[in-house]
Amino acid sequence: MNEIYLQALLGGALIGSASILLMLTLGKIAGISGIVFESLRPGSTDKGWRWSFVIGLICAPLITQMFGFSLPSNIEAPLLTLGIGGLLVGIGTKIGSGCTSGHGICGIGRLSKRSIAATLTFMLTAFGTVTVLNHLV
Amino acid sequence: MKQILIGLVTGLLFGAGLTISTMVDPQRVLAFLDIFGNWDPTLAFVMGGGLMVYLPIYYGVVNKRKTTFFSTPCDIPSNQVIDKKLIIGAALFGIGWGVSGICPGPAMTNISSLNSGILVFVIMMLIGFFIGKKSENLRFLQ
Repeated sequence: MNEIYLQALLGGALIGSASILLMLTLGKIAGISGIVFESLRPGSTDKGWRWSFVIGLICAPLITQMFGFSLPSNIEAPLLTLGIGGLLVGIGTKIGSGCTSGHGICGIGRLSKRSIAATLTFMLTAFGTVTVLNHLV
Repeated sequence: MKQILIGLVTGLLFGAGLTISTMVDPQRVLAFLDIFGNWDPTLAFVMGGGLMVYLPIYYGVVNKRKTTFFSTPCDIPSNQVIDKKLIIGAALFGIGWGVSGICPGPAMTNISSLNSGILVFVIMMLIGFFIGKKSENLRFLQ
């Protein structure tokens, strides 16, 4: 098998391990959009572990780079594009109750009907958006 | 204190997984989403790897115990209704993901690069969370 596929599978298994560990210890769904939002929302309770989770998420590359896995240095899309993307991702994940992690891993991982529907929907509109941007305009 | 430590460890593991799997690279995400172009299937393995661990342990342990190792209840959503909010929200998220190649986890894990594009994305995403929260009760979403 192609080496990059193996690397992706291993990384994915780490993501799955982190997520199930969070469920087995704190009983929480590892949905990044929800964790980040609840760590900032005024009035939300239980902020402590959410803040430390976010700090872990941000600091992780500082550790993996010692083993040769670093962050991409080629993020060069126009700021306007990234700004619009970020805004839509924020609004959409809040209204839709989750993102790739919460719906795609934790939700499908417990065969939730809502998460399967959400994942199919965001995959479809993401495939559609890239197809339109790359091949139709 | 225990909770803070668990948060830190799981966050580090999660971020390491995102980095090792190359999910943090928007170019790779966009290549995965470009099914009619030079399609790169790598990211399907990330999801496969995640589910390969989560699903069996969820059904083998969590679904049977219904409690954590510390005997506290597991906080599992009980809502089963596929409603307009879910679908419209997911659709908007997919468009934003397709435009940028970035979803919330990779956005956060890329912060330490201090890349201006990532910082703009994260700030707009945070603003988006609060706009989304305010919009939840709009009539067209009900």
